[in-house]
Amino acid sequence: MSDETRSTAGTASKGWLSDVRLWAAIGFVALLIAPQFLYPVMVAKILCFALFAAAFNLLLGFAGLLSFGHAAFFGFAAYVTGYALQTLRFSAELGILAGVAVAALLGLVMGLLAIRRQGIYFAMITLALSQMVYFVALQAPFTGGEDGLQGVPRRPLFGIFDLSTNMEVYYLVLAIFCIGIFIIYRTVNSPFGQVLKSIRENEDRAISLGYDADRYKLLAFVLSAALSGLAGSTKVMVFQLASLTDVQWQMSGEVVLMAVLGGIGTMLGPILGATIIVTLQNELAQVGSLSTIVQGAVFVVCVLLFRRGIVGEIGPRLRRWRNR
Amino acid sequence: MMDLLGIPLPVLMGQLLIGLINGAFYAVLSLGLALIFGLLNIVNFAHGALYMVGAFVAFLLLDVLGIGYWWALLLSPVIVGLFGMVIERFLLRPIADLDHLYGLLLTFGLALLLEGLFRQVYGVAGETYAIPDSLQGGYNLGFMFLPTYRAWVLAASIVVCAATWYLIEMTRLGATMRAAVENADLVRAFGVNVPLLVTVTYGFGVALAAFAGVLAAPIYSVNPLMGSNIIIVVFAIVVIGGLGSIKGAIISGFLLGLFEGLTRVFYPEASNIIIFVVMAIVLIVRPAGLFGKAA
Amino acid sequence: MTRTKATLLAGAASLLATAASAQGISNDTVKIGMILDMSGAYSALDGEGSIAAVRMAIEEMGGEIDGKPIELLTADHQNKADIGSNLARQWADQENVDMILGGANSGVGIALQDITSEKGIAYINNGAATAALTNENCAPETGLHWTYDTDALANGTAVAMVKEGKKSWYFITADYTFGQKLQENASEAVKANGGEVLGSVAAPFPTQDFSSFILQAQASGAQVIGLANAGTDTQNSVKQAQEFGVVQGGQSLASLLLFLTDVDAIGLDVAQGLTLTTGFYWDQDEEARAWSSKFEERFGAKPTMVQAGMYSSALNYLKAVQEAGTDDAKTVVAQLKEMPIEDAFARNGRVREDGLMVHDMFLAEVKTPDESEGRWDYYNIIRTIPGDEAFRSIEDGTCEAVKG
Repeated sequence: MSDETRSTAGTASKGWLSDVRLWAAIGFVALLIAPQFLYPVMVAKILCFALFAAAFNLLLGFAGLLSFGHAAFFGFAAYVTGYALQTLRFSAELGILAGVAVAALLGLVMGLLAIRRQGIYFAMITLALSQMVYFVALQAPFTGGEDGLQGVPRRPLFGIFDLSTNMEVYYLVLAIFCIGIFIIYRTVNSPFGQVLKSIRENEDRAISLGYDADRYKLLAFVLSAALSGLAGSTKVMVFQLASLTDVQWQMSGEVVLMAVLGGIGTMLGPILGATIIVTLQNELAQVGSLSTIVQGAVFVVCVLLFRRGIVGEIGPRLRRWRNR
Repeated sequence: MMDLLGIPLPVLMGQLLIGLINGAFYAVLSLGLALIFGLLNIVNFAHGALYMVGAFVAFLLLDVLGIGYWWALLLSPVIVGLFGMVIERFLLRPIADLDHLYGLLLTFGLALLLEGLFRQVYGVAGETYAIPDSLQGGYNLGFMFLPTYRAWVLAASIVVCAATWYLIEMTRLGATMRAAVENADLVRAFGVNVPLLVTVTYGFGVALAAFAGVLAAPIYSVNPLMGSNIIIVVFAIVVIGGLGSIKGAIISGFLLGLFEGLTRVFYPEASNIIIFVVMAIVLIVRPAGLFGKAA
Repeated sequence: MTRTKATLLAGAASLLATAASAQGISNDTVKIGMILDMSGAYSALDGEGSIAAVRMAIEEMGGEIDGKPIELLTADHQNKADIGSNLARQWADQENVDMILGGANSGVGIALQDITSEKGIAYINNGAATAALTNENCAPETGLHWTYDTDALANGTAVAMVKEGKKSWYFITADYTFGQKLQENASEAVKANGGEVLGSVAAPFPTQDFSSFILQAQASGAQVIGLANAGTDTQNSVKQAQEFGVVQGGQSLASLLLFLTDVDAIGLDVAQGLTLTTGFYWDQDEEARAWSSKFEERFGAKPTMVQAGMYSSALNYLKAVQEAGTDDAKTVVAQLKEMPIEDAFARNGRVREDGLMVHDMFLAEVKTPDESEGRWDYYNIIRTIPGDEAFRSIEDGTCEAVKG
């Protein structure tokens, strides 16, 4: 993947157009008022998937590792949160934290096994391991099997702040989304992120420079898993259910598509990709399996024609146009 | 009734036989996957979907043209194999020089596309495909009643696997293929049309998947989801056997089918994940797979 | 316990909301939403046929009530509870749907019950078998269960077979709410009548290859292999039981839930002699025959009990709306509980306090190929089971809301 993403990652030229803070502020305000115009449950769903895609991209875009098993973290964290809220009667924030913690632990175990190999092997191993998680979710007593967890209560935040309406939940999701994206942004632009990128470009050189490449990769994997879990746990707050759909391998494929479509190795790409895919799914939901067909076609076209994704293709063009 | 570790022997034998029959499907599918990986370095995610298409072609041949099972067993692999060659020529070749992960992504997209198309037309309830009259009935083995058709599946798979192995290991064409895997440039220098060889190999691997699809049609009913249910298991088997190893794919296919059957007797709850557990253990102990060359 | 409490609280909240809104037809339309299996294992017995049946009911009402048009929305739940409940949530929030008709699949059926009672809209289920809908998951103020339930199936088929002397049972069960509940109810019925249950095996839903489960059932040595599954699962398991020589081996097959479409798909050669319980058979009497032939003209097949139940529930709901002069869920549901239910589908029907539509069920046997006079002529009705005998009584049930 590396040769495709090199040019777009972490380029920062001067000018207000590329001022990250300005764009982030505009985006934030837009999201603040969005539920006045759009169905809040829908926007909240997009935010959950955007966070998921961004977390996935942290691994693929910045560490060069293609995981085909991220549904395990997203979906299993959802079960843990659902169970914590419904049966253990945790408050909202503790329920979500429980999901994140389990996802991180799962990430540690899967990561330890998977980072021993690279490229295609890494992808296949994560895929197979996540399928194990799927079958555990199918058979473990606390997940509700085929039925999943239904009617998970939206328990108050910190035990005080009510979350019973769609609007209140939306703002909780927005807050979590912003925190998650901020963590990813800081990670990518930290010394840790720089080492990751150098490992992605040339692992041998990074090792010869004295970096323990495996440890860095493992840390990135765990972080990505934890943030994916955060997205999955948050989704439970929105839909009040946790189900097999979120832990199936098709979901792992979906998040790859979101990242690839939007642009691997960019901050905005996965968010944009998730927005497009979720909207598409929603619009086409009632036409049989049309959304599967369209997603498949988008995948093929992306790989054949614009491998850098929407943001990756348009970004450099915009900059060139401005510099002319 | 004889007992073994508290399990009645008939139950054990029965489940092992069923496991072996499942293993036959694993073996034929992972064989095709291993062939493709060997020459193209691509993990063909569309393999499961093409297995499904193979079953549907057989169904359509019967439903639309009235062509029966035996001809379908020949025609469906040919049709799907040609379709595979078109895929290789026009979709996979343009990205052949890129990171091989792109091949994985592209074939994943193809799998979605194919599965979605068939779901759109046929739903997921499944279409019935009757067992041909000549393979009706069964044998009473004493410990179980073995339907003739399942015995046939086992026999046909073993023959196909053995023939493919012979083709690759013992013939000149096979030798060229193996050489192309090792060093494509050198083989090209000897005047071999390597791109054509790659296209044909992909077509052949895919035809094997379609063959398995036709074999499966009367047992599993023809269903757009039949490929996505089995493909991940087959991936794990290929990893266990060693990516790209022909022998590894065949042996671990049958072996893991048996192993799955065994698990079903002693600890049924784990029968779905046992193959992945084996995979994890193999990766720890022998990262290159049971029959793979050390990577 | 906690769920019931939450439901009650939600119910109280929505009661306040509806009290504030004016009576009459909200938004000047009566909107019915159908959430059912249109593409999967249950699509043949439910699916398009159910939609056609509901359209017939709407047309019978003239397409409107007091000049307010009746609108129909339909969607495929793909047998996934999350998809079903998201659809219901969205329809309640955005489309102002007045009533949801839920189709086959108990997992989705329960999810819809939760959402509709929280949102305060009416809900009638046809096809989800689980008796939980009027027991542990009941929502008697908004949610009704119409065609049949797992109790009625067990009280019909299982009891009849045990009484024939087939006392030892082994279950092959669809591994989700529906199959588990059906197995539970059937086991109770078997034991209550002096039979015993030797074991069970859970098969994923849906399953294509039942071979290993059938082997286990054969090894159990039970007299009866009870199939606690439905739709294509039933078709596959019955056919494969034949392939593996179950009946030659001296065991009987009990398909606890068998639909007309299943028999049609399996064929009489294999299905003949199976005992079954049904809430409706197109050939049960003159009225059913008349309506069924109208249905066949339109849809090209005779109706299953689910499809006929869909028609009956939609028709009676619309009549109740007309009678009550409002589409407010609780008022209409209360109205339905006052009305006798008697139409092409139901015999001696009434909606009970806990939301269960109690009506006569039929014990039937699948005809031999010689007895059958053509396609769809598949059942001999052996006995009519009066509603109160077929279904579990309220006193024996577990619906907290009506037991006080």
